[in-house]
Amino acid sequence: MSDPLKPRDGADVEAAIQWALAGGKTLEVAGRGTKRAIGRAAQWDATLDLSALSGVTLYEPEELVLSAKAGTPLAEIEALVAASKQQLAFEPMDYGPLLGAAPGGGTIGGAIAANLSGPRRIKAGAARDHFLGVSAVSGRGETFKSGGRVVKNVTGYDLCKLLAGSWGTLAAMTDVTVKTLPRAETEATMLVVKLDDAAARKAMAAAMGSYGDVSAAAHLPAAVAARIAATANAGAAVTALRLEGVAPSVAQRKTVLEAVLAPFGTLGALDEAASRTFWRAVKNVMPFAADGPSGTRDLWRISTVPAHGPDVGRRLAEQADAEILYDWAGGLIWVALPPSADANAALVRAAVAETGGHATLIRAPAAVRAAVAVFTPEPPPLAALTQRVRDSFDPNGLLNPGRMWAGV
Amino acid sequence: MPVAMPLPDDAVLKRRAEIVAALRSIVPGEGVIASDEAMRPYESDGLTAYRQLPMVVVLPETTAQVAGVLFYCHREGIKVVPRGAGTSLSGGALPLGDGVLLGVAKFNRIREIDFDNGVAVVEPGVTNLAVSQAVEHAGFYYAPDPSSQIACTIGGNVAENSGGVHCLKYGMTTNNVLGCELVLMTGEVLRLGGKHFDAAGYDLLGIVTGSEGLLGVVTEVTVRILKKPQTARAALIGFPSSEDAGDCVARIIGAGIIPGGMEMMDGPAIKATEDFVHAGYPLDVEALLIVELDGPGAEVDYLLERVQEIARSCRAVTCRVSNSEAERLLFWAGRKAAFPAVGRISPDYYCMDGTIPRAKLPLVLKRMRELSRHYGLRCVNVFHAGDGNLHPLILYDANKPGELERTEEFGADILRLCVEVGGVLTGEHGVGVEKRDLMPAMFTQTDLDQQQRLKCAFDDKGLLNPGKVFPTLHRCAELGRMHVHAGKVAFPDLPRF
Repeated sequence: MSDPLKPRDGADVEAAIQWALAGGKTLEVAGRGTKRAIGRAAQWDATLDLSALSGVTLYEPEELVLSAKAGTPLAEIEALVAASKQQLAFEPMDYGPLLGAAPGGGTIGGAIAANLSGPRRIKAGAARDHFLGVSAVSGRGETFKSGGRVVKNVTGYDLCKLLAGSWGTLAAMTDVTVKTLPRAETEATMLVVKLDDAAARKAMAAAMGSYGDVSAAAHLPAAVAARIAATANAGAAVTALRLEGVAPSVAQRKTVLEAVLAPFGTLGALDEAASRTFWRAVKNVMPFAADGPSGTRDLWRISTVPAHGPDVGRRLAEQADAEILYDWAGGLIWVALPPSADANAALVRAAVAETGGHATLIRAPAAVRAAVAVFTPEPPPLAALTQRVRDSFDPNGLLNPGRMWAGV
Repeated sequence: MPVAMPLPDDAVLKRRAEIVAALRSIVPGEGVIASDEAMRPYESDGLTAYRQLPMVVVLPETTAQVAGVLFYCHREGIKVVPRGAGTSLSGGALPLGDGVLLGVAKFNRIREIDFDNGVAVVEPGVTNLAVSQAVEHAGFYYAPDPSSQIACTIGGNVAENSGGVHCLKYGMTTNNVLGCELVLMTGEVLRLGGKHFDAAGYDLLGIVTGSEGLLGVVTEVTVRILKKPQTARAALIGFPSSEDAGDCVARIIGAGIIPGGMEMMDGPAIKATEDFVHAGYPLDVEALLIVELDGPGAEVDYLLERVQEIARSCRAVTCRVSNSEAERLLFWAGRKAAFPAVGRISPDYYCMDGTIPRAKLPLVLKRMRELSRHYGLRCVNVFHAGDGNLHPLILYDANKPGELERTEEFGADILRLCVEVGGVLTGEHGVGVEKRDLMPAMFTQTDLDQQQRLKCAFDDKGLLNPGKVFPTLHRCAELGRMHVHAGKVAFPDLPRF
């Protein structure tokens, strides 16, 4: 591995990729490298370090739009928009604590390349839903753009969607434009305690189907709830539902939720400050942080049909010593399993296959990530299309080869 | 027809009888339509200035039939144009004389309603409104609501990434679709997404949505259904100038309020609609805003007060707030009838669809007035103000020689203006044939080539809806070539930036 290539601008990125093309080299595309440990463990000839492409180039709060160079720290952007009482509504999680890196280290380009989201995914979407425009350099060494700086745009294919969640395997993004949205004036969280996973799912579904306009719904079994300060003293499983908005609205919806949730069990509540802290911990999956009691466990992230979340959880708990955190009203399951040579991949994939969805191995030693599929394997016709899509951007396969799937 | 379409393939046309017979063996009974008389309803979509009879119309009923038709056409090198309800305003479903028109009208069932997971699984020929109607008994609805929602289909909505008046708050089709079944031109059937969130690998559903029927044929769609807001109230606010109205929109959003809908009309639009529906619109104002707040009653009442305060500080001269559902609907009646109202004051009108950064509205309106004088054609503006999506209506008379051509030139100038101020060619109607040749105003050849390479990944022979979206057709092999010569690039040695 040689020294990283550190482009200063888009032209440098083009030159770097053309250099790799000419020399038959492969490149690791990285922002600040905070998510480097996610994906298949693979080898590259050089790192294309985009962290010097940094800085917000446009922010117009009243137009709900922000443009930045792809290597701009996410924390810088979040602080900037917060000063105008706005936010990135997709609530991007920070993988740092899970992977043993310092918190707040990622870039906006990385957030998009990993299609990050958070507890608000169920209401506001993921990075893909807020990604308006891009300039990027393909694996052909050509700069192309897609989208724009307006929220409503159907001009040409929506390449932004494809780049979001492509983990740097299609192009190196140089400039991105995202939608910003007003931050809720206040928030509160309703709690139901002592529910088992199945009852918790029913409570969350009832809340989601009510006029409560819930912006986050998570269930923490007792052992997991004990690891978050705001819920530790419950001494039991906690099911949490977040309400955000202007104060009169939050107050009215609290009454709505109380009526919906009362039949399920004992209710509690978190005030604004406790609610913010609690959801930050859920967003970043702090109960399974690298420096915590489950830090050496393998960690899977499963997206499934929300109603089947508890079924997946039950199967995994029956067959392994699984620690589980449910978000997205049961649709997102974080599963921490005791370390093993194959990260229990067969077990996890079988549980998900039964209910629909996908599983990604987020944390495991490099040897394990080299041995088992990290991303969900695709059936043959879909895998072939994936390969053709990849080839259409990067025919020589020089950008992050093998990071998502072996050979792709 | 001013837009050149791909030249018909004589070899295909000569085989028409054989092709029709082959299609009949795949789709039996009335599913294949071959007489000119019966194909007439399919000769255009909502952009009626463009007309072309297809070679043959096929209306399959099952995924297997769709796969069979596409497999056959791929093998035989026959072009295919997919069609929903044909309400496109950009010519996206314009047939080809040597092509099969594949309609999804018979895919008209709602397969599953799953309130527990907040989704509905529907066939592509189901109308947009039918989805909301099927779930309204439980207080749910499907959020995207294009104006044509009573007729347009979910399949067409996916193809066009349709929006509507509520998309500032609730998103467009792409933000409300979780999965689909997709048939590729080869006849291969794929499942993308499902009832869960986000893609396992590349977000192919995201790229198919808004691809204007160029990448595949959708045979099933999983959409999110949302709980209907508990209440909705609207404010009708008049301003002495569009600048003041635009300022008000910016300040509402700047105050952290995202209304469910925020629509603007200019003076001529207000007059045309008021004369038609008598909604009680003020006639002595130059711009009218409808601001609708939705959600819990306490929230709506609270925010409506704030909106009124902001309006007063922006020189609003009239402000009415709806106090009943009937009154709210009356406020909307004029806006929703804007197109037919304009139809009453002009023999023909041409609806444009650009998006601009909102702050550029006064400049764009001023330049449009100049263009209007230059072309000698009247122009009326309705505007999704929250998200900057303009719908200028150019009034013309198709029976006056040269007027349609002048109208199209005027329209093209408006769209170029949108791009010039940082906006885009189309906010929700699609490129189709209408804006195809304007694409270079927004994209470089490299940008377009990359998009076309992606098209090749889905459709290697370029048989699916050719002649739409891209101004020039390329063979996939030609696009795949790469020109790299070792030693001739900028940094022959390892660069250090």
